[in-house]
Amino acid sequence: MWRRWRKLKEAFIEALIRLCGISATIFVVGIFLFVCREAFPLRHNPDFHLTEFFLSIQWYPTSEITKRYGVLAMIAGTFSVTLLSMLMAAPLGLGAAIYISEFCAPRPREILKVLVELLAAIPSVVWGFAGLTITSRLIVRFTSADVGVNLLNGAVLLALMSVPIIVSLAEDAFKAVPDSYREAAIALGATRWQTTWRVLLPAARNGLTAAVLLGFGRAIGETMAVLMASGHAITIPHSVLDPVRTLTANIAAELGEAPAESTHYQVLFLTGVLLFLITFVVNLSAGLVIRRERRS
Amino acid sequence: MNAIETCQLSLWYGTFQALKGITLEVEQGGITALIGPSGCGKTTLLRCCNRINERIPSVRTTGEIQILGKNIYDADVSLLELRKLAGMVFQRPNPLPMSIYENIVFGMRLHAPPEERTRAVLDQAVEKALTGTGLWDDLKDKLHTPAISLQLEQQQKLCIARLLPLQPEIILMDEPCAALDIAGTESIEQLIRSWKGVYTTLIVTHNMAQARRVSSHSAFMLSGELVENGLTEPLFTQPKDPRTAEYVSGHLA
Ligand SMILES: Nc1ncnc2c1ncn2[C@@H]1O[C@H](COP(=O)(O)OP(=O)(O)O)[C@@H](O)[C@H]1O
Ligand SMILES: [Mg+2]
Repeated sequence: MWRRWRKLKEAFIEALIRLCGISATIFVVGIFLFVCREAFPLRHNPDFHLTEFFLSIQWYPTSEITKRYGVLAMIAGTFSVTLLSMLMAAPLGLGAAIYISEFCAPRPREILKVLVELLAAIPSVVWGFAGLTITSRLIVRFTSADVGVNLLNGAVLLALMSVPIIVSLAEDAFKAVPDSYREAAIALGATRWQTTWRVLLPAARNGLTAAVLLGFGRAIGETMAVLMASGHAITIPHSVLDPVRTLTANIAAELGEAPAESTHYQVLFLTGVLLFLITFVVNLSAGLVIRRERRS
Repeated sequence: MNAIETCQLSLWYGTFQALKGITLEVEQGGITALIGPSGCGKTTLLRCCNRINERIPSVRTTGEIQILGKNIYDADVSLLELRKLAGMVFQRPNPLPMSIYENIVFGMRLHAPPEERTRAVLDQAVEKALTGTGLWDDLKDKLHTPAISLQLEQQQKLCIARLLPLQPEIILMDEPCAALDIAGTESIEQLIRSWKGVYTTLIVTHNMAQARRVSSHSAFMLSGELVENGLTEPLFTQPKDPRTAEYVSGHLA
């Protein structure tokens, strides 16, 4: 009796743990299916055309006469702000990771790592405040822009927000490089920088690529800060000082006002599907890059 | 003339003292073996000679090491020059993650002025280094394949070969055959013997037979102390210190 009870308990705990293990998969698939389901009726909707969705920059979902559902400008906004942010975040993040893992003494290293984690813990709405009150004013002061909430401002915030991810993943990538490589280079008279540049960077290349890709994934999905700080105008930007709207910001701003079941509502969910697919591809490629590294 | 002279060299890892006042002379152009049980500080002593120990933040050293008459702890010593002068071979072969060719010219790319880094000069250095280690015939057709793809023995020889273009005076070896089979061990030993009079070799080994086969001088260490040193044969056959006698007889039996 006692023994059977114990066996049962064991089985129950095992099942529970397994459930926790696969719950991530369940949630991801579940959310994806839910978002798809909300967008699904668009298939039969005469007001909606997929070509318009992808190729038009006209977004007039609430117009009385001619409703338009083109998200091209927001796709351009998303990618321009994210790419620009990576141009800043990748060098900054990799540089910080190099400093932390190769140049820093052990005690400051621990402090820096904690600080980087703190940076990651700042809520994005607080970054949005910072974007409105600090960086946008700096942009007005130092550039010819009349308003500081624009592509550059959003990119700066996204860069700062994705730097922590890049730093900690890149630091892991450097840590994974065998110490024997460092000793080999140092024993041949290499300086720290020569060791880093000639040996560690090539050796950690895949891990570093994955770090930047995951930083990119982080930035592209970010909503609140870019909603508050990048101007919210639906145009294809021609300079870094133009305001932009991203796909995420658009959803966040409009979903509350769109009547459920309306075309507008459904198109916003389709935008969600699109975002989901983009981040999926980005994260998948990061995963593949890491796998390739493990194999070699 | 001595290539290396340590004087009252002590070293601490944090609070643990790994070397206790080592005073040792290593004859120039000779082959000297460092022997002793595992954990007695052989590797530590060897790694003092190119100051690579200092990578570990907790390390503290006192005393002196003269290399070719110059104290390497002097403030004006260039670590890079020191490491060119004293090349190091590690216990596990550690070729860099690049091609065979790039492994060998790695040191030249770091140190040689640009005019000495032309393709022709590098090619020549590669051929010379590989010939000098008996690898040329086997590897000349695959110089641009990754060094990691070689067998362990070839990897270890490559790690030796990459020191040669820097024209070292001293070669420090930490159990260079520990990861190799008998054939590999033999061929590395042969290489080391061929260095007599050319390079000063300081080799750590826990293999007594190897010490006797390759070295002219030996130094026996025990718990961070240098117990006895001198010519290899007398040290093995008529050790002066009972501790040496015990260790040597224990390992020869
Ligand atoms: N990085 C280190 N930190 C602390 N102690 C160490 C370190 N490296 C070696 N030691 C200690 O120093 C002593 C000598 O080590 P080592 O020089 O590697 O001995 P051997 O090469 O003769 O086996 C050992 O007791 C070892 O535990
Ligand atoms: Mg050792």
